[in-house]
Amino acid sequence: MIDKTVQSVVDALEGVTSGMTLMLGGFGLCGIPENAISELVRLGVSNLKCISNNAGVDDFGLGLLLQQKQIKTMIASYVGENAEFERQMLSGELEVILTPQGTLAEKCRAAQTGIPAFYTPAGFGTEVANGKEIRTFHGKNYVMEEAYQADFAFVKAWKGDEAGNLIFNGTARNFNPLMCGAAKVTVAEVEELLPAGSLDPNQIHIPGILVNRIFQGQNYEKRIEQRTVRNI
Amino acid sequence: MALDKMDIAKRIAQELKDGFYVNLGIGIPTLVANYVPEGIQIEFQSENGILGMGPFPLDGDEDADLINAGKQTITSLPGASFFDSSMSFGMIRGKHVDLTILGAMEVSEKGDIANWKIPGKLVKGMGGAMDLVASAENIIVAMMHVNRKGDSKLLSKCTLPITGLGCVKRIVTELAVLDVIPQGFCLVERAPGVSVQEIKEATAGKIIIPDRVPEMQF
Repeated sequence: MIDKTVQSVVDALEGVTSGMTLMLGGFGLCGIPENAISELVRLGVSNLKCISNNAGVDDFGLGLLLQQKQIKTMIASYVGENAEFERQMLSGELEVILTPQGTLAEKCRAAQTGIPAFYTPAGFGTEVANGKEIRTFHGKNYVMEEAYQADFAFVKAWKGDEAGNLIFNGTARNFNPLMCGAAKVTVAEVEELLPAGSLDPNQIHIPGILVNRIFQGQNYEKRIEQRTVRNI
Repeated sequence: MALDKMDIAKRIAQELKDGFYVNLGIGIPTLVANYVPEGIQIEFQSENGILGMGPFPLDGDEDADLINAGKQTITSLPGASFFDSSMSFGMIRGKHVDLTILGAMEVSEKGDIANWKIPGKLVKGMGGAMDLVASAENIIVAMMHVNRKGDSKLLSKCTLPITGLGCVKRIVTELAVLDVIPQGFCLVERAPGVSVQEIKEATAGKIIIPDRVPEMQF
């Protein structure tokens, strides 16, 4: 067993500096690395390029980094629900690269698995394809998209073990598994960190080889963005 | 009389076939889940990573780790599965999802769709829409026939930024059901009490009108 555990979020984020490119898991506020985001706020690193499907809300998730003006470029598929984000985007303080959601996922997975680029039909004939190579396969047009290059990936899992093996819960899985091993350093925070041998190897979603550092997360809020219930 | 949003959803639900995996967009499409015909088996996919999506939870049963693509709390049904975003769009691009129902701002007579951006207004992003329209074999658009200003949303050419080209197969509006065929929009059904003339006047793109245009049946 190769032990990937670090004792705290402070140790987990060692080496993060201003100007870096970061991947952050989550869909909306579901499955976001809450502890890593708090530590990024505390560190005060700036000029960050963040790759994440969404940009949080005003007072939670990546919205916390936006409040401190720590993000220079945001790569996302959907950025509603965030007034400060809109203000910074419209004033030109923040560069935004909107990317189709499936393409964003695959650009992470390509980085994870050593594929430099791939062709996707998404975005052909739209402004997303501007300046990109187009190829035709079997009569259909495809856009070439390149793998991301990132310095750190921050992911959140439900359970993990000392070896860095991860298990996700429900739809909190989303982009988290795809970002593991997709950056130079992958940091996983988990709701429950267990000794090696505690998890059934058959049930592991991401093997520890894709995780460099793992730590026990603290004080998860797990905020719900759109609480919706039925009456009967 | 023109349909309301519930009726549009109800009419689209008639397109659901036994054994279909279906992706529903936000807005009117979400309502389609309320009208699945009796006796058929359907699984709903939400692109954030679930197949077998169930209704909203009861008060107190909400789970922060279980949401749909609109970020609403949901439940899962027996037979459900969870997966990552790459697998989710893999099953979409791989044409394993049988039917995609989504809203639109404009559709052209060639089946082009614009539904993600209005120049000069705030852009929130395309989310999964470009991936869905680029790949799905079977796309039904649920939308109003004209916009708030009274302009037709069925055009010869989209004026707004494109989401995908030549992908829409069928459109259900408050006035009509139309198919996109090589010659243009083909009128398939009228809403109860709506005349062919009314539909013609509300359609800016080329419209083909067969000899007989039945009323929708509910």
